[in-house]
Amino acid sequence: MVQAASSVDVKASPASNQTGYRSFQLGSFGFSRDEYFVHIGWQANGQKLSHTISADAFLRAMMRDVAWGFFYGWVNFDPVIGTRNLYGKVEFYAGKYHPSYKSKGLDLTETFDSREIMATFKAILDDWTNEGFDPFAAPDETGKGWLGKKNGNNRAAIERQRQACKRMPGLPGDAELRADDNGYPVNRAFADVPQDEPQIKAEPGFENEVHAFNLFKYLSRSDVTWNPSVSSVLERSLCCPTTEEYILPIKHGNDRVEWFVQLSDEIEWEIENKNTGAPRAKVIMKAGDVAAMPADIRHQGYSKKRSMLLVWENATPELPQLYESGKLKPYPVEF
Amino acid sequence: MNSKFQTVFGSLRDYTKGELQIIDDDPKNYAFSNVFDVAGKSAPYEKVVVAINLGYVLETLRAEGTSAWYAAAHDEFAIVMDGDVEVELLKLDAPDSVVPPNTRGSVLAGERPAGRKMGTVRCQRGHQVLLPKGAAYRFKAYKPGVILMQTVEGKLSVQKWRDICYT
Repeated sequence: MVQAASSVDVKASPASNQTGYRSFQLGSFGFSRDEYFVHIGWQANGQKLSHTISADAFLRAMMRDVAWGFFYGWVNFDPVIGTRNLYGKVEFYAGKYHPSYKSKGLDLTETFDSREIMATFKAILDDWTNEGFDPFAAPDETGKGWLGKKNGNNRAAIERQRQACKRMPGLPGDAELRADDNGYPVNRAFADVPQDEPQIKAEPGFENEVHAFNLFKYLSRSDVTWNPSVSSVLERSLCCPTTEEYILPIKHGNDRVEWFVQLSDEIEWEIENKNTGAPRAKVIMKAGDVAAMPADIRHQGYSKKRSMLLVWENATPELPQLYESGKLKPYPVEF
Repeated sequence: MNSKFQTVFGSLRDYTKGELQIIDDDPKNYAFSNVFDVAGKSAPYEKVVVAINLGYVLETLRAEGTSAWYAAAHDEFAIVMDGDVEVELLKLDAPDSVVPPNTRGSVLAGERPAGRKMGTVRCQRGHQVLLPKGAAYRFKAYKPGVILMQTVEGKLSVQKWRDICYT
């Protein structure tokens, strides 16, 4: 069956009589789910292959990929499957960056128009996210609604828009600040974060130009985990703060250098070789720490308490090609 | 406010650096530093680069006393990571003569730049202030503190990676 979504065709089956879930097809890849698991199927080297992921982990990973618009570079759902953003097109792969699958020729990569894969991913999320399960939330904040047969949906959670300012939140015509009355109460884990505001004394005529806000208050009211917003824009330099709890649901493979500033609490980062997954380092960041994430790694964070992280990105479009071609070193500075 | 959670921020007086556990890598690849450690070793308002990405930088400034006047040909943003800092803003009468339009990073704007008072912003920890293009600004710290600046590498930027990073 072909289902229309956002003017792009999504290939979906009728709902299963047994579980209530639809199955989906993206190119040669098949996606299905049951009460506990998601199954991804493909063929390579004349062999039928399948990969299984716990449905909650899959939904958390796919939610980030959708919310981030496939982000910068690679979004590895786990060591076997994931996406690579080619900016306008997106690769979906199975086994490409897993040494065993790759060496035996059992990997498969297909490239899709971004709109096609986005429409399919959104349709999967819509169908497979049950009422009561929020893929953006920390495990402590959401129920076990992901388990079992299809039971309603949670569109309010999965259709959240990433909050990206044009210059700085709170300026006229720019992104809103977060407050109780626009649906952003203080998160339970940040109840001790001061909610004071800067004292602004603007001279007449400069009320819209003298601007400040409490970034830590803003972050304390984030209703999502591992989903950066944008809080200041200087040309291509973007400050993208985010609040993190439990495990980053994907392993992000960089196509450029990015930087982390730990604003509060602590995150442990496991750093791996981008192509093979071989461990390279562990970076343990505490409040005030600054660290680069090189362009040739993939990384996954662990945050035992909800923490505030400033992700600093350079959105220059040419960067992936400059790193890929070797014109830029994968690390940011030599000393 | 009572909470079963305790949020840990750092300060000049109280911070703990994280660590690098190297398995198969060079620690320099991570340029790992800590803004409180950097500010603790810096001169007041020395603009120490702690992150760089093709000309864009994050700088750490030790806020202590009153700074010089600065200006830039582009927006800048300051986050107070620790302390009590007042930012004074001045709309420059002739911004291009203070900082030519293609200048990258901030420059010294002179002892008494000519312009109209825009206002002041008093910031505590976690507060972010816009330092708009076309304005001059200076900081006044009521106690030693730390500012994280989002800006562009300029003549005043100081890079001393060996002194601030794990190696």
